[in-house]
Amino acid sequence: MAALGALALTACSDESGAATGEQFPELGSPAPHELIAAWDTDVRYDGAGLPPGEGTRDQGALVYAEHCVACHGETLRGVEGVQGGPLIGAGQTVTQHWPYAPTFFDYVRRAMPFNAPGSLSDDEIYGLAAYIFAEGGIYPADRPMNAATLTAMEMPNRDNFVPDPRPDVK
Amino acid sequence: MKDEKPEVLDVIGTAEDCDCKEGMFPDPGRRALLLGGAALAGTGLFAGRAGAEATQGASQHAVLDDPTSQPGPASGGGYGLRSQFETVSRWEFPLPQPGVSGSFTPLAGTHGTITPSGLHYEVHRGGVPTIDPARHKLLIHGKVKRAKVFTMADLYRFPSVTRTAFLECAGNGGMEYARPSMPHVQGTHGLTSNSEWTGVALSTLLREVGLEDGANWLLGEGSDAGMHTRSIPIDKAMDDAILAYAQNGEAIRPEQGYPLRLLLPGFEGNMSIKWLRRLDVTDKPSFTRPEVTTYADTLADGTTRYFTWEMEAKSVITFPSGTMKLPIPGTYEVTGLAWSGRGKITGVEVSADGGKTWARANLVAPVLSMAHTRFTFGWRWDGKPAILQSRATDETGYVQPTITALVDVRGVNSKDHNNGIQSWAIDAEGNVTNVHA
Ligand code: HEC
Repeated sequence: MAALGALALTACSDESGAATGEQFPELGSPAPHELIAAWDTDVRYDGAGLPPGEGTRDQGALVYAEHCVACHGETLRGVEGVQGGPLIGAGQTVTQHWPYAPTFFDYVRRAMPFNAPGSLSDDEIYGLAAYIFAEGGIYPADRPMNAATLTAMEMPNRDNFVPDPRPDVK
Repeated sequence: MKDEKPEVLDVIGTAEDCDCKEGMFPDPGRRALLLGGAALAGTGLFAGRAGAEATQGASQHAVLDDPTSQPGPASGGGYGLRSQFETVSRWEFPLPQPGVSGSFTPLAGTHGTITPSGLHYEVHRGGVPTIDPARHKLLIHGKVKRAKVFTMADLYRFPSVTRTAFLECAGNGGMEYARPSMPHVQGTHGLTSNSEWTGVALSTLLREVGLEDGANWLLGEGSDAGMHTRSIPIDKAMDDAILAYAQNGEAIRPEQGYPLRLLLPGFEGNMSIKWLRRLDVTDKPSFTRPEVTTYADTLADGTTRYFTWEMEAKSVITFPSGTMKLPIPGTYEVTGLAWSGRGKITGVEVSADGGKTWARANLVAPVLSMAHTRFTFGWRWDGKPAILQSRATDETGYVQPTITALVDVRGVNSKDHNNGIQSWAIDAEGNVTNVHA
């Protein structure tokens, strides 16, 4: 360890001389912009990372019927005996529980439909958001969904989120 | 694993119809395999095991009356197997959706503190991906001076660190808040395991890429279906986080994140992202789905806690424990495990009267920070009904609470982060069952 530490130190102190300023210059390579663009697809709670595009409730209903209904049900309240569960209604559902609407875009884009994640277009996901949030009674059925409208949504349960207060039990 | 609650006792059999009571050390793994196999017959999940002669991980050989009378077969070959007589196994939680599943460590069937890699618990939400290490890449970008891509070959060349750490699923014991639910310790506590991990300190790589001002968080992302993501505070990343490529001396197992996983000692297991491929350095947390629902506890008053990171001090007696039987009154070595996500275990106490009186247990060296610690306690069972409990204290002075004390504060909707005291009742015949006391 001591020897490696010394090596790291040497590499560090080399920084002024090295054009790139790297400590282990031979390890790793500069990240290509295409790779970052392809992989940096997460969407933050505040809407950062949401792509352009738009979708309506009716478009979303069609996508839902094709790609989601089998596991989340006709009424979006889950299917008995099938994992997936409810998306609206009582409990920890997207519309009644989740504090931030952009998280829906993030999660569906990365994880759903379960058997083919990553297969939906951005417009389709916006449509799904319009449809599911309208069915859950928290979004007007006639308003299209896009980055601005999704970010502006005020989720009913948001104020109930509190940071971890533990140790809470003595 | 919220929402997915098959009636557990129906699936794995109640203590009453358990066929294992004659033995003091029943083998929950084998029993679960049999019952699980029956319950899941037709799903194909257990196809290939039925009818196989040897237990998993072993090969079958003839047993001589006198093993000294002739030479045995050659050794187990290039990768050693366990004895054909050993059946201790993980128990796979029978969920309907293949690809979203978990398996539980047989804590009563392991010794010392290290969990054999093949018995380490696992939870996955998009199946276990098969990743060629020659093609795996780790991207670090965002608020860094030099966004970089590292291959596994790069990572193996950085200075390495090795440490022992437990990993515990936030949901370990989640089904025990409201009532005793699982019959044995594999079910009540089997979502914790302990390994020696080797890899590169995450701080080494973050210094390598150079953090910019406002680099307060990392978003870590896996390369499984569903690309599991968690926000990690930069302090933890710079303190003791490891990019682990090895577990117990060999490459980590596929279901543990091969070829590369994050390891955040002491934090709830799902933050130690498996199959890690991306670290995005950011100014704010992301509030990903697992952060707002899956691993966020909703309390009786309707509030939901987020970022419940450290697993608080906890302990459990593994012998004697649920579904076992003490054959006769007499002296037994009670043993179990204790751990804390906030540091070292400083003491474990044992009670045989449901928590009225406590006596100090023996801690077996080594006692390591954020690692399973073995405790033992010599106990004379007089043949009368008893309730055995253990209670851990960690170096912060925190004392493991009762489940009742947790429920008083959190209610029973909270499904994760249950570190309450486990009670095992022993009846006059010596049968051990899971109770709330
Ligand atoms: C093959 C079954 C299946 C299909 C099809 C499917 N899902 Fe899911 N969905 C699941 C499962 C299983 C989970 C739970 C995953 C977990 O717990 O990690 C889930 C979880 C979710 C969640 C998170 C719910 C919560 O409260 O945490 C959302 C949102 C969701 N699905 C949306 C969709 C949408 C939109 C579609 C259609 C594009 C879809 N799903 C298609 C199985 C499915």
